[in-house]
Amino acid sequence: MSFLNKNSTFLGYRRENGRVGVRNHVIILPLDDLSNSAAEAVAHNIKGTMAIPHPYGRLQFGADLDLHFATLIGTGCNPNVAAVVVIGIEDSWTKKVVEGIAKTGKPVVGFGIEGHGDHETIMKASKIAKQYIQHATSLARVECPISDLWVSTKCGESDTTSGCGSNPTCGNAFDTLHGLGTTLVFGETSEITGGENIVAARCANDKVRDQFMAMFNRYQDMIQRNKTTDLSESQPTKGNIAGGLTTIEEKALGNIQKIGKKCTVDGVLDKAEMPTHPGLWFMDSSSAAAEMVTLCAAAGFVVHFFPTGQGNVIGNAIVPVIKVCANPRTVRTMSEHIDVDCSGLLQRERTMDETGDQLLEVMMATINGRFTAAEALGHREFVLTRLFESA
Amino acid sequence: MIHCVLHDPNDSVAVVVTENIKAGQQLTALILDENRTIQIPCVADIPLGHKVALKDMAIGDTVIKYGVDIGKVVISIKTGEHAHVHNIKTKRW
Repeated sequence: MSFLNKNSTFLGYRRENGRVGVRNHVIILPLDDLSNSAAEAVAHNIKGTMAIPHPYGRLQFGADLDLHFATLIGTGCNPNVAAVVVIGIEDSWTKKVVEGIAKTGKPVVGFGIEGHGDHETIMKASKIAKQYIQHATSLARVECPISDLWVSTKCGESDTTSGCGSNPTCGNAFDTLHGLGTTLVFGETSEITGGENIVAARCANDKVRDQFMAMFNRYQDMIQRNKTTDLSESQPTKGNIAGGLTTIEEKALGNIQKIGKKCTVDGVLDKAEMPTHPGLWFMDSSSAAAEMVTLCAAAGFVVHFFPTGQGNVIGNAIVPVIKVCANPRTVRTMSEHIDVDCSGLLQRERTMDETGDQLLEVMMATINGRFTAAEALGHREFVLTRLFESA
Repeated sequence: MIHCVLHDPNDSVAVVVTENIKAGQQLTALILDENRTIQIPCVADIPLGHKVALKDMAIGDTVIKYGVDIGKVVISIKTGEHAHVHNIKTKRW
């Protein structure tokens, strides 16, 4: 039995819409690549705010544009964010993001640069950003039940120790969290290849199973259509192969250890889509680390478990990323990046229940406010998933 | 000292979990699902994280890890040898 139970609580920020955040960011969110400069200037002017620059947002269309909006709006809606200043080159798309975020009830405002220039935009946005940071820093953490917590997982720079140690440690923690009424997500559609029948068998019912298999098969078709090789060195990556992983099947079977042994897959999500009830969700997503964590953050998840083998250094702009590692060489050579060292598992010095609880202890400290390694080191990866070429 | 681990007693490969494993060593392998150890031979230098073959495998044989199929043998592998991308390929893609 874990130390965590249904009576466990944490100190979080309860937002206007009832959701609970574990961080209290004021973000300056550019709609498009052209607005990064103004957003960064505002964040420079107003201490404690954070710009989240990215390279996209122009001439996208169709489903690719829909995903761009969903990711930006979802990021602004995330309860780790107290208030948002949106800056875009044009007014109308800027307004669309502002209106999407405003549905949460949190403070949000937008500025279009055209007709005003950077200087005027930066001045007006800075004045509002100052009000927002003073509002955010007046908010207090309040006691919240553990069932208010939303936790995502995705692994990266995996090696064979991931499947033996860090991924099942995450799975052990997920088994505990699933029983406490929390909301959980995993994904990485291509990285299920070889283990799809195991995930399908864990689906809560036939409807979820059919939805999962449809997402899995669509991704396989996309790979078959576009591939020029067997994807070796892309999936598995060169880093995976250097770490001992040989095939996608082997990588996938290690990957799916993250969903533990007990918890059911209770629903499926499109990219950046918000879950509608507690339980474990599968999100159809890329396996690229920063893309997937960004999509989880946009879906509303507030803390992330990131098992690694060879040593991925990832963080996220708005979500604390907890890195878990069982590779004894990586925890020695890259110790500043690792939050949970579970290498003792592979020498039988620790049990899976012990390392699962070790991860949950770090999670509790993190959601109560302690910085993760990635936060302390300033990792703020924010990477938008693209579906196809711009017009 | 555990030198390597396997998930299922029927696996045909085990993962080396310590550094500096050299040809000629006898390895202690932990079966994770059963929490017991077995002794296995090693005939190659195998880096941390890489796999050692637990049985002789011929071209076309299926490689088993986690108790399930992780790919096919493309160059025959002898017990104790290094099992990786030079002798195993995916069956997908």
